[in-house]
Amino acid sequence: MLEHLPLFFIIAGLIAYAVLAGADFGAGIWILFSKRDDKDLRDHARHSMGPVWEANHVWLIFIVVVSWTAYPRALSSVMSTLAVPFALALIGIVLRGTAYALRAQAQDGELALKIERVFGLSSVLTPFALGTAVGGIASGHVPVGNAAGNLLTSWANPTGLVIGVLSVATSWYLASVYLTADAQRTGPPALVHAFRVRALAAGVGAGVLALVGLVVVHADAHRLWHGLTHGGGIAALVVSGLAGAATLTLVVARRYEFARAASALAVAAVVVGWAVAQRPYLLPGLTVGQAAAAHETLVALLVAVVVGAVVLVPSLGFLFTLTLRGRFDHHNPLLESTVTPVQESPNSSVRIAAAAAALLVGAGCTVLLNSWGLALGVVLLIAFILLGFGPLARPPENTH
Amino acid sequence: MQALSLTVHLPLICFGIAFPSLVLFAEWRYLRTGDEVYRTLAQRWSKVMLTLFAVGVVTGTILSFEFGILWPNFVGTFGSVFGLGFALEGFSFFVEAIFIAIYVYGWDRLKPRAHLLAGVPVVIAGITGSTFVIAVNAWMNHPRGFRMSHGKAIDVHPWTALFGNSFLWQELVHMYLAAYIVVGFLVAGWYAICFLRGRFGRYERAAFAIALAVAALVSPVEVVVGDWAARVVAVNQPVKLAAMEGLLHTTKGAPEHLLGFYEDGRVKYGIAIPHMLSLLADHSWNGEIKGLDTVPANDRPPVNVERFSFQTMVGIGTLFALLAVGYIFVRLRLRRLPRSRWFYRAVVLTGPLALVAAVAGWITTEVGRQPWVVYDVMRTSQAVTGAKGIPIGYGTLVLVYLALAAAVAWVLRRLALIPLPESVSEVANA
Repeated sequence: MLEHLPLFFIIAGLIAYAVLAGADFGAGIWILFSKRDDKDLRDHARHSMGPVWEANHVWLIFIVVVSWTAYPRALSSVMSTLAVPFALALIGIVLRGTAYALRAQAQDGELALKIERVFGLSSVLTPFALGTAVGGIASGHVPVGNAAGNLLTSWANPTGLVIGVLSVATSWYLASVYLTADAQRTGPPALVHAFRVRALAAGVGAGVLALVGLVVVHADAHRLWHGLTHGGGIAALVVSGLAGAATLTLVVARRYEFARAASALAVAAVVVGWAVAQRPYLLPGLTVGQAAAAHETLVALLVAVVVGAVVLVPSLGFLFTLTLRGRFDHHNPLLESTVTPVQESPNSSVRIAAAAAALLVGAGCTVLLNSWGLALGVVLLIAFILLGFGPLARPPENTH
Repeated sequence: MQALSLTVHLPLICFGIAFPSLVLFAEWRYLRTGDEVYRTLAQRWSKVMLTLFAVGVVTGTILSFEFGILWPNFVGTFGSVFGLGFALEGFSFFVEAIFIAIYVYGWDRLKPRAHLLAGVPVVIAGITGSTFVIAVNAWMNHPRGFRMSHGKAIDVHPWTALFGNSFLWQELVHMYLAAYIVVGFLVAGWYAICFLRGRFGRYERAAFAIALAVAALVSPVEVVVGDWAARVVAVNQPVKLAAMEGLLHTTKGAPEHLLGFYEDGRVKYGIAIPHMLSLLADHSWNGEIKGLDTVPANDRPPVNVERFSFQTMVGIGTLFALLAVGYIFVRLRLRRLPRSRWFYRAVVLTGPLALVAAVAGWITTEVGRQPWVVYDVMRTSQAVTGAKGIPIGYGTLVLVYLALAAAVAWVLRRLALIPLPESVSEVANA
């Protein structure tokens, strides 16, 4: 049981990454395919991901570090064989992050449009590359060992490519639904309408592509097909299909917040379906149990994840509450000029003397003593910095 | 390749560790005094902070993938021992990303006190995040908490390996303070440029004073902490120390050589200070210092690279400490900022120099560990990937980083060019 727990974390991370960061990628795709004069649409897509895209992106790092702690052999095989798609994804991530930072500082105009094109292209490249990597793993093209698989055909095969395309399509579809919901909160009705139409189109498109994907998997990856069409696999696919249909219905009915949840469920079910279909193997011939790290490590990881979750869940909740309630949308003039100044005492000679003493004693202890004396010395040195900072950081008036 | 990525990531780490506390200090000053200058400062700095964090997220992602792509055997064999550190770092990164967003997007949208509090987790996550990563490096230098059996790590105790490690504390304190020096001098350097260009109002003065206060207070402390670090290395990695000093034979009362280079088993053209090395590393006049010849020739690191980077770091650090003491003296005795243009020119130089010193410091600890990736356990050549086409990847990465650097420079320049709000610039010119 213990050796399976990290896998649940990884799957949870994958779902979070797919439904959160996926939507951010999708927003970038809309920016790429928008008409030149659709500036409102682009700005809306860009602004809605502003506060959350970095946090969403960190899920990817979470997945990688949990994998290499819990299943080091599997991860090292995956990474070395699939170096090419991961490198492509990295290039996409770099371009995306940079373009986003650049766009915030660029004035509207030709340059801004160019930056947005780069942003959009990298938003296609990244999910595509990551999708092909997933396809490579799912179709059993990644053997166990240091770069043991083929550097190209391990991912550039029918299943890999179709899952790459499907990743882009689901991102696109998620973004359309989310952006419609966000537009209802902040944007003018025309914007809501624009994204509503796009959400319906992207939903149908993603659904059709998913069916095409199944046909390809049937022809190309028998094990995966077998897993997906039996037991839990087929259940997950049915859930996904129903959730997809529900999303379309809800968008038609203009219930966008429910549509947001349904669209996320549709994507999450696919991730779960993949995991169920592959059970019990991570890679061909390597079961979860065989790949798992030592017992102590798994316990430590479990503790880390639980403690981390205690901090993380409320924090994430806080961020998304602020975002979804629109607290970041508008400037609140009531909050200004609520500051009451405090009179400060200008005399800081006592602090300076204390700081000097801390420096001398601290340096003495650190250089001459060991263990606890040394620790005390370091603490004193840090105290010197803190004590000295107040007086020194205040600029003297009238220098000139 | 990983070295390149680390070098690029390093300044961003420094800003991740040290900059949030400066921003928060500025905002705290605003809340205490109601002085608009500090509010403007905190707001403008927080934008810089967000930009650098965004780039840091990107370069950090590259690094975490590179571990797997480039060093599959290292991760495959020891992932279960050190991976925990990165998992914890992942959480810190998460918290940092969340609250940095709340902080930067929350200006004027949250109550002032709540806004200030939203910045606190950013500072804490910066500390914990770097602690976890440095714990991994400390473990690579001083591996504990597992046994090797037939090429596999067994009997693994990850908590002991990472945090019960005597190597961690000096490395952590040393790096943490280094981050403050780098950020302090780089930021102060920018405002020193403003001074040299004749734009040095209240706003610039406030910014300059905060940044330089950090650097000036931390620099002398860093020298003392560096002595501690050197002693820990002397005990645990005698070969590294011998390489840092170019000492071939085990010697009692060993001399210290400044400058020069190592050839045929001794330092040439260096200035020798008798007994100094024993005094520094062992705190005794005739203390025995182990030489390079305690291990076979193919277990020794490249001596000249090691010596050169170590001396660069120590040299720059010492200059900083002197500059810092001078500055503190002027501030306290004369109660003013220095007026000499030479002082400001020096401060402009300190920023890049601080980066050089930090990189040199990492080279010292990483090259000094060679040929091992995990000290005395796994050789670097055993850890590396079997995949081909690494040069192509390397070339691409260089291009990507150059583009990234250009983009960052452009954004920071744009941010700096945004004019100060009227209320502040009036005060500033008064």
